[in-house]
Amino acid sequence: MPVTLIIYAILYAAALVFLAGCVARAVRYARAPLHLRWEVYPVPHEEPQRVRHGGSYFEETDWWTRPAQFNLLGELKVMLPEMLFLKGLWEFNRQLWYRSFAFHLGLYLLTGTLALLVLSALLWLAAPGLIFGATGRLLHYVYMATGVSGVALAVVGALGLLHRRLTDEELANSTTGGDIFNLLFFLVTLGTLAAGYVFAGPEAPGVLGIAYGWLTWDASLEIPPVLAAGLILGALLASYIPLTHMSHFIAKYFTYHSVRWDDTPGRHSAKLQKRFAEYLTYRPTWSAPHVGADGAKTWADIATANPAPGAKK
Amino acid sequence: MKKGVRLSQMAREDREPLVHLDHADLMRLPAPLEDPAQDHHWAPLSAQARERYECGLDDTCAVNIPQPKTKAEEEELVKKFLAGLDKLFTRENNWTFLQPLLLTMEHCARCQTCADACHVFEASGRNELYRPTFRSEILRRLYFKFVQRGGVLSAFQHGDIQVNWPLVARLVELAYRCNLCRRCAQTCPMGADNGLVAHELRKLFSQEMGIAAKELHEQGSMLQLKVGSSTGMNSVVVKDNLEFIDEDMSEKTGLEVHTPWDVEGADILLIHNAGEILAWPENPGAFAVVLNAAGLSWTLSSELAGYDSINYGLWYDDAQFARVAWKHLEAARKLKVKKIVLGECGHAHKALSVVADRILAGEMDIPRESALTLLRDIVVNERIKLDPARNNFPVTLHDPCNLVRLMGVVEPQREIVRKICPQFREMEPHGVDNYCCGGGAGFAIMSGNNFPAWRFHVSGRKKLAQILTAFGDCLDPSIPKYLCAPCSNCKGQLRDLLAYYGLWERHRILYGGLAELIVNAMADVQPGFLEWEWR
Repeated sequence: MPVTLIIYAILYAAALVFLAGCVARAVRYARAPLHLRWEVYPVPHEEPQRVRHGGSYFEETDWWTRPAQFNLLGELKVMLPEMLFLKGLWEFNRQLWYRSFAFHLGLYLLTGTLALLVLSALLWLAAPGLIFGATGRLLHYVYMATGVSGVALAVVGALGLLHRRLTDEELANSTTGGDIFNLLFFLVTLGTLAAGYVFAGPEAPGVLGIAYGWLTWDASLEIPPVLAAGLILGALLASYIPLTHMSHFIAKYFTYHSVRWDDTPGRHSAKLQKRFAEYLTYRPTWSAPHVGADGAKTWADIATANPAPGAKK
Repeated sequence: MKKGVRLSQMAREDREPLVHLDHADLMRLPAPLEDPAQDHHWAPLSAQARERYECGLDDTCAVNIPQPKTKAEEEELVKKFLAGLDKLFTRENNWTFLQPLLLTMEHCARCQTCADACHVFEASGRNELYRPTFRSEILRRLYFKFVQRGGVLSAFQHGDIQVNWPLVARLVELAYRCNLCRRCAQTCPMGADNGLVAHELRKLFSQEMGIAAKELHEQGSMLQLKVGSSTGMNSVVVKDNLEFIDEDMSEKTGLEVHTPWDVEGADILLIHNAGEILAWPENPGAFAVVLNAAGLSWTLSSELAGYDSINYGLWYDDAQFARVAWKHLEAARKLKVKKIVLGECGHAHKALSVVADRILAGEMDIPRESALTLLRDIVVNERIKLDPARNNFPVTLHDPCNLVRLMGVVEPQREIVRKICPQFREMEPHGVDNYCCGGGAGFAIMSGNNFPAWRFHVSGRKKLAQILTAFGDCLDPSIPKYLCAPCSNCKGQLRDLLAYYGLWERHRILYGGLAELIVNAMADVQPGFLEWEWR
C-alpha cells in the first residue's frame, strides 16, 4: 500500500479513536449512579435576582409550593464565557490564564482550521467552481489565518505552560512525567506540522490538497516526509487525548451540570425518585461493624437500622 | 522541614511529624494581632500522645489511632485500607458520591487554582502539606495504581506512590485538616472537588476500618442514635432544660414564654442544634419569643434525635448520616407537621435540606426549610414590632459555609440585619465567597490533644483576620461589637477563637446568633435582652 494511503488510514483511524474515546468517557460518566446532592453556589440557573448574590430557592419560605424555575439565560451567561474565554481561570488564577488561554485559543483556532479545510474539500467535491473562485480564495485566507495563528498561539501557550511546570516550585508535588510529556507532545506535533508546511517545497500539495486527497483517498498525492510525520503525530495526539485528563472538555459538562449546578429537588422529579429508590436496594459490603453491611442488607435496611447499643429502636 | 514536603514523605517509616509550623511562617494577622512574636505559644502535643497514637503528620493529632504493635498488624490495616479504596469506587458501596469522585480523580489539571482559595493553606503560610491538592494527589495516585490497576505507563502519567501503614495513618490525619468548606471546589476551572476528597477519605476510614474522630462518631452520631442527642441529653433532660429556659426568657423579656412540645398537627417542627440548649440557651429562648409573638403554630419533638438537628455523619460516614436524617424525618412524620424548620445550625441545614433530599420519598419527604427565611418573613413583613435603635452597635455577619456556599441561603439573614442593625457592616469577602470559621467539618467540637491550637492558629486564622478587619474602625473596648453567626458549630469555634485571642476582654467583641438580635430589637420586650456578658 502506498505510504500516502497509510497516512490517510491513520488519520481516519485517529478520528474514529478520538470520537469513540470521547463517547466512551461521556457514557461512563453518564452511566455512573446519580449522587446525593452536592451543589456549590452560585448556581446560575436560579432566578436572575438570586444569581446576583448566589442565592437559591431555599431563600423562599415554602419553596416547594412554587413551580421550579430554570433560568437558561443565566446558565448561558456563565457557560459561554467559561467555554470560550476560560472565565474561571481569568477570575481565580490570572497568571495561569495568559498561558492557558493562549494555548486553548490556539487549539480552538486549529479545530476551526480543520473544520474549514474539510468544508473546503467537500465544496471542491460538490462544487469545484466555488472553491476555485472568490469563495475558495476567501476560505483559503480564513483557514490560513486561523491555522497560522492557531499554531503560533498553541505553541506559545504550551511553552508558557511547560515553563511554569518546570520552574514553579509550588507545582512540584503535582507535576508528573505525564504532564511534561503531554505538553511536549503538543509542541513536537505542532512544530513538526509547521516545519512540514514551511519546508514543503513548491511541488508539494497544499493543506487543502491533502484534505481533498484524504476525502477522496487519492493515492497519487505525495506528502513530504516532515509534513507526513506531523500528520501522523497529530493523529496519535488526537487518539491519545481521550485517554487522559486532557479530555476535560467532556468532564466539565458533568462537573458543572451534574454536580456543581445540580439543585433539582427530588420531589420535583419522579425519575430521580425512581433512580434513588433503586440505589437503596443495593447491598454494600463495607466492613466496619457499625455499618452492619453483611452483603445481604440493602442501603434501605442500613439507613433504617440503629447500631447504638441499648438505643430505643 | 517547614515547606516543600513531598508526597513520597507521607510513606516515611519514622513517626516524626512531616511539618512543624512556627508563628513566623503563618499568615500575618491585622492589628492588633499583627506581631507574630506576641502570638500565643502552641500547646505542644504530649509525649504520651506521640507514643501511643499515630501522630506523624504535623504539630497535632485529631483522630488518635493507636499505633499497631506488629508489622503484621500494620499489613493487615493496609490491606483493609486497600479493600476500602476499591469499595469507594464501586456502585454498590458508594453510589452516593461515585460520579463526582470519579470526575475529581480523573480530571484535575493540577493547575493549583484551588490553592489560593483555601483558607487553611493560606493561613499556614502556604505550607505544602495543607495545599488542597496534596491529599487529593495521594488519593489520585492510589486510585490509578490500585483501583485502575495501572502499570508503569500509568505511574508515569499519573505519578507513582508507595503504600504502607505510615502513609495510611498520615492520610487519616490529613483527612481531618480540611474544613470541607469547598471554597476550592467553587474556584476549580474543571469542577474538581478537593473537599469531596477529604470527605470520601473520611468515609473510607470510617465505613471500612472503623476509624473516625471520636467526637464525631462515639460521642457524636452514636450517642445521638442512642440517647437522642450528641450532647447526651435524653428527652426528659432536654424538656427540663427548655422549661428552665422558658422561665428565664419570661423573666428577661417580660413576656410569657412557652415552648410547645410534641404538638400533633402543628405547622412547624422546629429542630435546634441541641448544643444551643446547653451552651447558648438564649438562642432557643429567642426562637420561642419570636415564633410565639408572630403567632405561628410550631412545636419541638421529644422523639429520639427529634430535638437535635446535628448530623455529624455528613462529615464522615454515609450510613450514620442516613440514619440520623431518617430519625429527623420520622419525628416529623409522627407529629404530622407541615414542614421542618431548621434552627441556627449550618451543617444540619445542608444535611437534611440538600444532601438527604433525594433519598426521601413518599410520606418521608416532609418539606424542610431554613429558620432564616422564616425569621426574615417575620421581620420584613413586620409581624413583630421592632426598634432597630436597640441594636445600635457595630454588627458583622459570619456566613456559615453549609448555609451559604453549599445551600444558597445568602440574603434572608442580611435582610434581617440590614433592617434591625443600623451599624451593620459586611466582612470581605462575604456571601458565597465567604471564608470558613475554621470549625467546619467537626473541628469546632474536636478538642482532643492540642487540636484546638491548630484550629485557632491555622484553620480559624483567616476568619479571625476578617473579624478584626470588619471591626477595624471600632476596636476601642468602650464600643460593644456583635459578631452574628447563625450556626452553632461556627459559634463554638468563634467562641473559642475570640477567647483565645482575648478579643472580648480587650476589644469587647461578642458573638451570638441571629434570633437573639431580633429579640433584642423587639419593642414589646424589656430592653437589654443581649447581656453583653461572655459565655
